[in-house]
Amino acid sequence: MSATSYAECSARQRLALLLDAGSFEEWLPPAMRVMSPHLAQLSVPCAFDDGIAIGRARLGGHEIFVAAQEGEFMGGGVGEVHGAKLTGLLMRALRDKPAAVLLLAESGGVRLHEANAGLIAVSEVMRAVLDVRAAGIPVVSLIGGSNGCFGGMGIVARCTDRIVMSETGRLSMSGPEVIEASHGVEEFDSKDRALVWRTTGGKHRFAAGDCDELVDDDVQAFRNAAIAAISRADASRPVVLDALEFEHAMLSDRLETAALAA
Amino acid sequence: METLRYELRGSRPVKRVDPVLVGVVASGNLEVLIEAGVPGLCVFQIETSARGFGTIWEAVIRDFHERHDFAGTRVSIHDMGATPAVVSLRLEQAASSLAGDLR
Repeated sequence: MSATSYAECSARQRLALLLDAGSFEEWLPPAMRVMSPHLAQLSVPCAFDDGIAIGRARLGGHEIFVAAQEGEFMGGGVGEVHGAKLTGLLMRALRDKPAAVLLLAESGGVRLHEANAGLIAVSEVMRAVLDVRAAGIPVVSLIGGSNGCFGGMGIVARCTDRIVMSETGRLSMSGPEVIEASHGVEEFDSKDRALVWRTTGGKHRFAAGDCDELVDDDVQAFRNAAIAAISRADASRPVVLDALEFEHAMLSDRLETAALAA
Repeated sequence: METLRYELRGSRPVKRVDPVLVGVVASGNLEVLIEAGVPGLCVFQIETSARGFGTIWEAVIRDFHERHDFAGTRVSIHDMGATPAVVSLRLEQAASSLAGDLR
């Protein structure tokens, strides 16, 4: 079978192809019209699902919860409803204890139209991710959409147990345009694609230890990696003091190494 | 943003209960949601970011309705400046997803 590009798929196509066939049961589906109250006020067209599909499904036979962000709708921006759907999914995971929570992340971060409501939504998602991890339920992020995973969602992804990326995928805090706008083109030329990918791209993130698995831009490859990530003995990695200290040491090392390289 | 609504009489009832969604609200694109609606009617509700294109919308919608003649159907559209050709393709995609498992 030929590869299906993960980057080229919509959020719903990814869900249909990545999960066990026909197993996805959606909560708050499009026909329920749980939409952004803010976009309508700004006279911007809404999406029936506010750019995210959530629900339960099976993955390699495991009962899991899953969320998929649609990067084409407002760059996957997290608005109030979008974030609440994600937080609600994670809180339900605390109650129902699925084998894992899978996050198909593709987002530019907070949806600026919704300002503080979006920022609060992202912080609630972060808190919920950490609660789910603390309960011993693994949370795994998949990043391979052409919009990357930036801003608040970049932090959310790094709050999860594991990250699977493709070379096409990008993961960072401030996006290229944001850095260029705030620090000037001399600091960071957002049109320099090679620069963008060698600072935020999947290969760079894998080499730096920020992502756990690098896969081809292929839905089946993401599926296999996701199954492997939730099946392993140490799938759940609750945030404990040792883990935090290890992370801090790794970041300090990186800062020194980067300073030497520069 | 502009909201448009067309209620057209149809003679081919759609049996499906599960709603069908195709497309994404993105620049030059749109999403189409087809659900069960009022018997005998095909109701189109459109929210579009582009103002003042009502005449063209009506032509595209009537063209689609002439081909399918759906009844008992509600078609909801969120549009972000798609061209008429793209709108027609999305509508056809939604209609064929309906046809796939229900009619």
